[in-house]
Amino acid sequence: MTIADPTLPLAPAIAAAPSRQPSKFVDFCRQQPLGAASFLIIFAMMFAGIFSSLVAPYDPLTIDFASLLAPPSADHWCGTDAYGRDICSRLIYGARTALVIGFTSSFVGSSLGAILGIASAYFGGKIDAWIQRFVDVLLAFPLIVLALVVVAAFRKFSVGGVDINLIVAIAIPILPRVARVVRAAALSVRVAPYIDAARAAGYSHTRIIFRHMAPNVVAPYLIMLTAFIAQAILAEASLSFLGLGVTEPTAAWGLMLSGNAADFYRQAPWMILFPGVAISLAVFAFNLFGDSLRDFLDPRFKV
Amino acid sequence: MKISRRTALQGTAGALALGMSGFDWDFTKANAQAPNVKRGGVLNFAISAEAPHYDPAGSDTYATLHFAAPFYSTLLRFNLSKFPAVENDLATSYTVAPDLMTYTFKLTPNVKFHDGTALTSADVKATYDRMRNPPAGVVSTRQATFADIGSIETPDPLTVVFKMKAVNASMLEHFASPWNVIYSAKDLAENAAGPRTKINGTGPFIFVEHVKGSHVAGKKNDAYFKKGFPYLDGFKGIFTLQAAAMLNAVQGGQVLGEFRGISPAERDRLVQTMGDKIRIEESSWTLNLLVCFNVDKKPFDDVRVRRALLMAIDRWGGSVGLSKISTLRSVGGVIRPGSPFATPEAELVKLPGFSKDIKKSREEAKKLLKEAGHENLKFTLWNRNLAMPYTPAGIFLVDQWRQIGVEVEHKQSDTGAYLATMNAGNHDVAIDFSNLFMDDSSLGLAKYLSIGRSPENRSRSKDEMLDKLYDDHLRERDPEKRKTMIRAFEKRVFEQGYQQPLLWWHRIVPTHKTLMGWKMSPSHNLGQQLEDVWMNV
Repeated sequence: MTIADPTLPLAPAIAAAPSRQPSKFVDFCRQQPLGAASFLIIFAMMFAGIFSSLVAPYDPLTIDFASLLAPPSADHWCGTDAYGRDICSRLIYGARTALVIGFTSSFVGSSLGAILGIASAYFGGKIDAWIQRFVDVLLAFPLIVLALVVVAAFRKFSVGGVDINLIVAIAIPILPRVARVVRAAALSVRVAPYIDAARAAGYSHTRIIFRHMAPNVVAPYLIMLTAFIAQAILAEASLSFLGLGVTEPTAAWGLMLSGNAADFYRQAPWMILFPGVAISLAVFAFNLFGDSLRDFLDPRFKV
Repeated sequence: MKISRRTALQGTAGALALGMSGFDWDFTKANAQAPNVKRGGVLNFAISAEAPHYDPAGSDTYATLHFAAPFYSTLLRFNLSKFPAVENDLATSYTVAPDLMTYTFKLTPNVKFHDGTALTSADVKATYDRMRNPPAGVVSTRQATFADIGSIETPDPLTVVFKMKAVNASMLEHFASPWNVIYSAKDLAENAAGPRTKINGTGPFIFVEHVKGSHVAGKKNDAYFKKGFPYLDGFKGIFTLQAAAMLNAVQGGQVLGEFRGISPAERDRLVQTMGDKIRIEESSWTLNLLVCFNVDKKPFDDVRVRRALLMAIDRWGGSVGLSKISTLRSVGGVIRPGSPFATPEAELVKLPGFSKDIKKSREEAKKLLKEAGHENLKFTLWNRNLAMPYTPAGIFLVDQWRQIGVEVEHKQSDTGAYLATMNAGNHDVAIDFSNLFMDDSSLGLAKYLSIGRSPENRSRSKDEMLDKLYDDHLRERDPEKRKTMIRAFEKRVFEQGYQQPLLWWHRIVPTHKTLMGWKMSPSHNLGQQLEDVWMNV
């Protein structure tokens, strides 16, 4: 048996070998090209949302009666609406509304759902049974129906221009769906020896749930979070279309499809075409990204 | 001696006739009826807002009237074939003293309330007493209108005598107001606020049900005092809060009409899709939207802030643009443009908020805000969630105020919550409405009276000068002098800027051609008893 002398120089071939692994992001792009493409769309949407005041060619709220229902042109790439407002600028600002409400409601719903799911799995027994029956009740309603009920039940409440009741209305239906999935993942973590060890060490339930169990169910949580952003954007658009979401003159994609758009869509089809494309593209991108993320993170999907 | 309305109002004839010069539809054509009326059937029609309560005397929204009018009767009513002439409803005849200080009404005998009790003069007295002196817990939006009634006498069960304490040259028209439905004295004695939640009238239809969020239904009153009426077996007023839902219902034949009014674009869509199956009638409208500041709240207690905000609004430009996409159309003062007492454009442009030089006006507005220390003003604009024309008006106002650096949050809510917010004085600034059923200044100016006299004054202002000008103008029988007083009143209102008309509406009503007997008028408050409506199917 020979023992390598640490003082000896490494063989040249070994020394020249690249020491860095391809980053996770590059790996993701290589393995999931569709996911990478969807990420690009999401990135563009986020960029537009964050820097809308720099990107948008016009103020989205400014009325111009001289340009009512103008068709797409060099001045107005996506045309104007019934108030002469630039549709392109409203789409760009609308991305902000979609992202803020979509991301916040998905984050709130998914996070609360994850906590509920982990707690349900951790405590088991009667607590688990009660939580799961509660989840069953919420799951009995389709997402949009439950969101409609919640938004109709609460009075309009906004902070800093963000509709809190809308976020709550969309977050509540997301909660049970995430809770059910995360609970399944947490059940396998619960029986792991390190959880028994933590219990034996006398750690509190809160510490075990948040420090020992939660990190181990991050993958399903992230996948659900991403997937539900798409659902939340769609729900926000639907509620706004039904007149229960954000109010005029806020730029929001669903709202752009309702109101005057319903009156003028024959005369000015661009009023519904571009917001419709924006909603479809955003939902498609988030769904695809969520699927790609699942395929990338879940070892069962790896060849 | 029976004195005709024309004789009684001789002194104010002409101008007080509320002239029809501004109306642009053909009554004769609109009122043409088939010679053979077909009886039966249930009429479904759309109501674009749900009634906040059932009491017309305490309401100023059509949502209450379209809901409740078929269940009730009034003393007189407007003859829509000869508008603004009045005709009998519960009254069989009436006399007016030459000095306009006494009005005597003879009632139709054997009229029964829907609960079977007989209508007498005591019911009329109780109803009018409740309107002019509402007991605690009762809101009367007609209080100012009937403040000139000194006493009401009932010499016999079928005679009512109104003794005035001061001349009100427009009193006869007020007796024909569709809001003054007659309640049972017995019901009012049991619970003065009862009509808000319970319906017991003498109208052509009997209340069947109100399914919240869905509809109100009525069935034929077989004991209705006008023999042979109503033609219909019943009606169903379906709440269609979304304009798209209402249009689809009209187009699909689920409802045969919407009697309030639709936008030009909605009209075009119906005509395009329904062709000769739809009837469209148009008229100017005795209705305007108001910008209303709550003077109890800071900084709207400062006249400079109110005036600045009013001066930032380009009404003339807005009128051109908004008339293409909404029911908003004419620029006008407190009296409907085109009517005899309306302020001419040449005078109107001199008043604050009506300048055609909007650039200069906005510069002045910015200066006023700076002087008042509110350059970066932020507030909430309360609005009703009726698509037409409240939403376009809200969008327009937000845009106009942003142009002088004011940030506005636009909040829209259902009719009930919207009215409750304004009536409780919880709003900063609101888009209010002035819902009139005639052009007479005694009605149009009442909204601007001090809050103590006019509960529908949602600016909550108290202005003794305005109250005095109003009272003086009521007594004035010379049309020219009266016009001068109206101008002085209007000038004071706009200089103080408590509330100000944004734009006046244009009425477009779609009905299926199978719907017969319904009459178009410049007010959506009139002609909703439906007793002479029938279906040609």
